[in-house]
This record gives sequence, structure tokens and C-alpha cells, in this order.
Amino acid sequence: MVFLSGDLKATRPIARFLNTGTVPKWADLVAFLLLAACAVLVVRGAEDMSQPLAALHATPVTLDPARLPEYALRTTLRMFLALGASLIFTFTVATLAAKSRKAELLIVPALDILQSVPVLGFLTFTVTFFMGLFPGRQLGVECAAIFAIFTSQAWNMAFSFYQSLRTIPADLDEVSRQFGFSPWRRFTRLELPFATPSLVWNVMMSMSGGWFFVVASEAITVGDTTVTLPGIGSWLSVAIARQDMKAVAVGVGAMAVIIVLYDQLVFRPVVAWADKFRFEQTASQQRPASWLYDLLRRAAWTRSLSQTLAKPLTGLSRATAALPPVRLPAVRLPKPHPALGRVMDLLWLTLVAVTLAGGVWLLWSFLSARLTFGDVGEVSLLGLATLLRVVVLIALASLIWVPIGVWIGLRPAWAERLQPIAQFLAAFPANVMFPFAVATIVALRLNPNIWLSPLMVFGTQWYILFNVIAGASAIPSDLKEAAGMFGLKGWQWWRQVAIPGIFPYYVTGALTASGGSWNASIVAEAVSWGHEHLEAAGLGSYIAKATAAGDSARVALGVAVMSVFVIAFNRTLWRPMYRYAERRLRLA
Amino acid sequence: MTCMTPVQAPLVEAKAVRHLYGKAEGANLLVLDNVDLTLNENEIVGLLGRSGSGKSTLLRSIAGLIKPTAGQIVFPPRPEGPTTVSMVFQSFALFPWLTVLQNVEVGLEAKGVRPDQRRKRALAAIDLIGLDGFENAYPKELSGGMRQRVGLARALVVDPSILLMDEPFSALDVLTAETLRTDLLDLWSEGRMPIKSILMVTHNIEEAVLMCDRILVFSSNPGRVVSTIKVDLPQPRNRQDPAFRDLVERIYAQMTRPDQAPAARDGVFPGMGLGMVLPRVSTNVMAGLIETVHADPFDGRAPMSDLAQDLQYEADELFPIAETLQLLRLAEMREGDLVLTPTARRYAEADVDARKSIFAQQLLAHVPLAAHVRRVLDDRPSHMAPASRFRDELEDFMSSDYADQTLRAVTNWSRYAEAFSYDEGADRFSLEDAV
Repeated sequence: MVFLSGDLKATRPIARFLNTGTVPKWADLVAFLLLAACAVLVVRGAEDMSQPLAALHATPVTLDPARLPEYALRTTLRMFLALGASLIFTFTVATLAAKSRKAELLIVPALDILQSVPVLGFLTFTVTFFMGLFPGRQLGVECAAIFAIFTSQAWNMAFSFYQSLRTIPADLDEVSRQFGFSPWRRFTRLELPFATPSLVWNVMMSMSGGWFFVVASEAITVGDTTVTLPGIGSWLSVAIARQDMKAVAVGVGAMAVIIVLYDQLVFRPVVAWADKFRFEQTASQQRPASWLYDLLRRAAWTRSLSQTLAKPLTGLSRATAALPPVRLPAVRLPKPHPALGRVMDLLWLTLVAVTLAGGVWLLWSFLSARLTFGDVGEVSLLGLATLLRVVVLIALASLIWVPIGVWIGLRPAWAERLQPIAQFLAAFPANVMFPFAVATIVALRLNPNIWLSPLMVFGTQWYILFNVIAGASAIPSDLKEAAGMFGLKGWQWWRQVAIPGIFPYYVTGALTASGGSWNASIVAEAVSWGHEHLEAAGLGSYIAKATAAGDSARVALGVAVMSVFVIAFNRTLWRPMYRYAERRLRLA
Repeated sequence: MTCMTPVQAPLVEAKAVRHLYGKAEGANLLVLDNVDLTLNENEIVGLLGRSGSGKSTLLRSIAGLIKPTAGQIVFPPRPEGPTTVSMVFQSFALFPWLTVLQNVEVGLEAKGVRPDQRRKRALAAIDLIGLDGFENAYPKELSGGMRQRVGLARALVVDPSILLMDEPFSALDVLTAETLRTDLLDLWSEGRMPIKSILMVTHNIEEAVLMCDRILVFSSNPGRVVSTIKVDLPQPRNRQDPAFRDLVERIYAQMTRPDQAPAARDGVFPGMGLGMVLPRVSTNVMAGLIETVHADPFDGRAPMSDLAQDLQYEADELFPIAETLQLLRLAEMREGDLVLTPTARRYAEADVDARKSIFAQQLLAHVPLAAHVRRVLDDRPSHMAPASRFRDELEDFMSSDYADQTLRAVTNWSRYAEAFSYDEGADRFSLEDAV
């Protein structure tokens, strides 16, 4: 009476279960050594961070290759601390937005705007703030750097979590209500697992962006204060100041090693693990694989370790279970009187309005004392210059990468090999490559207004490439066969097969690329090589200059204008394109 | 097994339950109107009706998932302790990230049962339901039938007094559904499940007659109990048994009785005039049904139960088609039979163009929304009108989902009838390509 679903994989879990006795012994040892080494490294890095600030001046960042591993470790540690903070932010703020209508009205638009704000502009404010918070300790500057990374990571993660919470399948929601899940159990059993796949993807995107900022935020100059935290970013900035091309190359190499390591040791395993949370009822054909994940899963002791770790938790749950079950009358809660509800809504709105008015007044009094309308006009013009660069460069990058991406995507063998490379390039912080470009421009005496511009899309063009590859590989083979049967070729093939097929993917990639380019303009429009300073007229260099001069009013103005540009750009171009793609070009 | 007269208090009583969906003010959809229900020990009761008859709403009210707008769900006190319920879902509702065993344990875990106890009870339930060997599989590795077995085991393991089932077999193919039904009935008649009663929602008439001791037939829009049918056939029942067939036909007749429809409506669909909620029925399907009834052996008049069997349709799928034909005055439902009108018989004999013109005539004469759109387009010099305008108008009468569905239905029919055309990109109706 039992029919199998004709799927060979259906037998796998049992086989896996039976396998436990036949695991090679070396798997245990290798996994143990790897984990222990990680633990030691984390402890070392944390010890270094709590040193007093004076220690920084006593042992400044040097270009000694022996110290490079330590710098790399510190940089990585900052990344993961920021990631932890972003996760905490995600779980609290996004949950609040999903559960409370009133909070949602504020949080969702705020996240939307924060996503588009150039976070590099924040550095001025946060460094001052955190150094004041921990006077005389390295921790303050560390916090500022970590906060800078946090601001580049948190928003899209929170957004994805919020969207997952809002789209929990109705039947699973009913099951958990019917069994009377406590809020905590509901979170761990339903909400978190359901949100995991898209959260993991967003964490990956955030990390890619984060590398960029960790490099930019380690060597900070705000007004008279210059701090160089030990890390790869500082290594690079010292190398740049000394015009040491070899040191720059070593730094870039170290960065590449870190990114490969963190991809192999952290993300592959996490993605492979997260695959089981994908909400689909059919087994997928291709499952993400990770050698480390397989190793850890195979090693017997990691299983017993996770059981040991789980013991206190189960003990806790047993202890709470022993208490008389408290059944919250969740469904039976009497509805507040409609009039009362309306009064509450009114109070809330008044509160928001008053806060808003206060904010506007504060902004006005802060800016009007220091700036004139002439400043606003000047900044807007500079914004237009940067806008022009972004538009032209995204268009150029699209012209180059779309045909290449389609060509690769239609050849599965190539796509499989090149897709990870494109993702690696997108994760690679492009700013570590800037010195090479700058040295070239200086040597050839090129016009910085034109030749600095490509740096803005240097790191972000890969988003276009890997999304187009993904889109082209997703074109169904029956469509490709039909196109072949009817002999579609040339422009007609592009117009009716390729472009509609990749369009939604392209829009996603181009949207990410253009957002990243705005951000990158702050570091790309004003660069140095030793004492050579190159500058392109634009909003990015305006903000960079104001930051270096410690002129917070101009930084604020620049950041605000850039935010307005980015948001307007998103609303008038990308969002309509996205809607169109969603409505018309979704395959099935 | 129902011959025992219930001396004990009933397990659950629903008293005058009424439920409205929709906004607090203005357009409301009455899905349940004054429904009473008593569930006694040792019976399988079926709630039979079409989509929109509120049967799922009643089931969810008893499960405690919905608080009805008015009325009460009462669990009378019983000597053996409080009455508990557990539910099986149409979509299985399994957690894809948990294994079979973890899915079954999830309810026990929430109740705070100790892990060793939990494991023991879950394994027993898995064994009972025929899932042994699959404990460590994930739902996505299982076939539909096996997934629903997990759903059943998960519902049974918490020892509920009442098992609630919401169209438990309708997402399964015919063979799998039949196997699962038989297995469930075997477990029930052998008394191997800890439950005292089963309450199930279905729109499959044969399934209801096969499994239930008592069937409550619901009318739709609003949902009311129109009749209660006691099924006295002995178990196991045989679908080919004349008495079985007879009962199925009787229920079909009951579900098509004209007096079922409340007086204050001018059709079979909820709402009046422009505010009628229309189903999305393809014109191909309508044509196919007309041709079938027109041809031998029916010759213009066919019993609905025969049609359902011949065409492999469930009642729930067949009714909207028949009712759309009725709205267009192409057919009538009489005593469980579908009777074609002379217009429909002309349609069946006509060629493609003549068919289109007959359909257009019926559409503009009998579907107020189609007539309304056409009139607006005729009046405007540009012969164009944005679709959003009509959608807004509809939303005065119904929810936005229904408005969208209704407008799409009318758009499709009008495109076929060439009454007017629609440009999806511009979201606009026009007469341009219509002629």
C-alpha cells in the first residue's frame, strides 16, 4: 500500500541515519581542529580590541607581512561582530514591524530610506559619538567601524525578515495556533525557519557590501582626529600613503584569501544547511553543496556536542513545562472599543507628528546656521554630475555584461564554473583595487573627471553579471527549443526570448549595482596616491572632503541630497521597471 | 455504529453561529448565517457544500482559529475531562524543515510533554498510520498521500476528542485518496484511534456518502444548513450499490434546488446586479459542457451526478460552470438535472462566428457588469475606459479579491464574445479591436 514518490532521494535520510557508524575517524579530528582553531582566533582578536587607545599610537600599523594575518583576523572579526549586531537588529525591529501595525507605519518607510542612504557619510557622526562613549579606549573607534559596517548590512536583512514574517503560509500559521505554540516556539519553529533562506541570501549580499565598508572605515580621518585601526583597510591606506605598490598587492592578496576562506568556511556550509528550510514541497534537483557542512554533519562528535549544548535548553523547556500551562486567551481577547481604538490611533499620529515637527525644526536650526541656499544649489549641481556618472556607467556596464552574461547563462557548463567567480568578484571590496587605477591615472596624466568614474562601478558591475547569468540559465529549455525550431535569430531572438527572460534578474542586478555605485562615489571621486590627490567634481567628493574637514553640516547636506537623489532614482526608474517585470515577465 | 442513542452530553455544540467577512462598514460578505450543529460521540459528520458556503469557517470556529461574529461554540462538560480538538488540513500544513517524526512531535512539544514520552507516543502514532520507516524523511521527500498520513498522525498523537478534517483528501489523486479513506475508515471502525468523533468538511458528495453517518448540506452565499441527511448504509459501503447511487443523486438534487437561494437575489451568485460575484469559468469549458449535454445520450437534459462522473469533475467544479450557464440563460438546473435552453441548443449547432454572436447577446443581456462596461465604452467619444474605474465600482460591493476575480471573468467572456477588448499593459477597456 506504500508507494514511493519515485524519487531516489527519498531513501537518503535513512541511509544517512544508518551511516553514523561508518564515518571515517579522520573526519572527527579534522573538524575538531578546525573549530578549535577558530575559537582561539576569536579570543585573540577580542583581547586585542579592548586595549587602550594609546596602544594604537605605541604600535602603529606597519607594513610588516608577518602582521598581516593578524590584521586580516581583526578585519574579519569586525565583519562578524557587525553581522551579529545586524541579526539582533533584524530580529527585534523587523518582528516589531510585522506584529504591530503602528510600528510598521514608521519602520517600513524608514528601512526603505535607510537602504538608499550612503552609509559612508555617517562615519563623521558615528566616530565622534562612539569615541565620546568610550573615551581613551580603542573600543570606541572599533565600535564606530563596526557601526559603519552595521549600517551597510542591517536594512536589507531586516526588510527581508519583515517580508517573510508577513508571508507566513496561512495553513502553518493555523497549525501553530491550533497547537497553542508559545511566542518563542512560534519564532523558533515557524517564523525563523521560514525566513531563513531569504535571510541567508540577504546576509550574503550584506557581507559583500560590508567588506567594502570595513576597508573604508578602518582608517578614519575626521577633522583633526586620525585613527588607523589594525586591519587590512589600514594596511592599504598606509601602503597608499607610502606609494608602496608591493604592499598594496600583498594587501589585495590577503583580502582575496580571506574572502575565499569565509566563503568556504562560513557561507557554503550555511547555504547548504539553509537549503532544508526552503519552503517547497518537492525535492529540488540541485542542492547547494559544501564540503565543510558534510564534514561537520558526518563527524559523530559534532552531533553529540550539539546534543550536549541543547541539553540546558531542553531542561529549561522541561522546567517551564512542569509549570501549569498558561494558556493566553489570544483569540478571545476582547476587541478594544472602536472609539478607544480611534483615540489611540489619534494619539499615536499626534505623537509622530510632534516628533516629526521637532525633527524638522532641529534640522533647520542646525543647517540654516551654517549653510545658505547657495550651498544647496551647489550640492544639487554636484549631485547631477554624480547622477550622470552613475547612469552612463550602469548603461555601459549593462552593454558589456548583459551579452556576456546571457552567453554564459545559456551554457550550463560555463555558468556553473563562472557563476561563483562573478559572485566572488561582487563580494571583493573594489576599493582595495583603487590604488592600481589611481597610480595609472597619475602616471598617464588622465582627466580625473572622466577616468575616476569607472571606479564607481568597478565593484558593483558584477551584480549585473551574476544576476544576468542566473536569469539566462533560468530560461526554460522548452522556450529555447521553440525559439530554435522557429529559427529565431538576431535582434528578434534578443527582443522576444533573451531580454524578457533575463529582465527581472537584470533589474535586480542593476538596482543593486546603481545603489552600490552611489555609495562608492564617496570613496571613488576623491582618491589619493601618496601625496597626489585626484578629485572628480561630484557629490561623492563633496561628502569626502567635508568629512575630512570635519564639517558636519556639509556632510549632512551632502548625505541628505544624495539620499534624495537615490530615492528619486529608485522610485522613478527601478521600481516601475521592477513592477513591470513582476507583472508581465514572470515565467509561470 | 451510530445506533447508540447518545445518553451523554454532546461533544460540541455550535449555536446560532454567524460570521461576516469584510470591512466593518459597508460591503460585508455573510458566509455563515445562523448555523446550528451538534456533534455526538461516536459519529462521523460531514459538512457538505460548495466553496463559499462557510463550512470551513464553521470548522475553524470549532477549532478555535476563528471567532465567529455572533453565536457560540460550546463544549459541554463531560465526565472524562475537557473536550479537545485537533485538525487535519487540506494542504497538509507540514513544516518542511522538520522531519516526519519532528512534525508529529510538534504538538506534544507545545503541550510540554517530556521528550521520552513524546518520542514514544509519536512513534506509536506513526506506526498506527502506516508511516514506519519514514521517521527521518522530510515532507518534500514524500508523496502527497504519505504527507497527509503525517498530517493525520500529527493530529492524532495529541489524543483529541474530536478530529477535524478540512477537505483532507481533495489535494490527492483519486487512487491515493481512496486508499487513505479506506485506511482511515478501517482504523475508525476497529476503534484503534483515540478519538470520539470526526467532523469533516468536503465538497465531494460521494466522499461524504462513503464516510459519514450524518451529512449537513450547506447552501452557499450565505452559508446555511439546508438539510441534514442520515446515512444508514452499513460500512463498508459500495459506490455501485443502488442505494448508494440513489442517495448521491438525492443530494445533488438538494444542492440544486431553486428554493435554496434566498429571495433577495436575482441569480445564483452572491450579490445583485453589478455587485454579483462571478466565478472565472473558461468559455471553452462552457462550450464543452453545452456540447456534452446537447449530444447523446443526454439530448439536452443531464443529471448532474452523471455529468460529474462522466467528466471527472467534482461537484464543486461542476456547479460554477452550470451556474454560469444558468446566469447566461443557456441552461437551467431542475431537480438535480442540467437542462439546456433552446438558445443553448442553437449554440451547440452553430459555427464559430455564430456561437460568438449568440454568446455576446446572452452576455450583454444577462451579465449586468458586461452591459455596463459596454455602455460606458459606447458613450465615450474615445471608446476607451480604464479598468480601474470598474474595479473601484465593484469594490463598493465586494472585497478587492472578488472584484478582481469578477472583472477578470467578465473580461475573458467579453474577449471571446468580441463585445469589447482589454489592454493588459494599459489596464484599459476599449472597443477598438472588438469589431
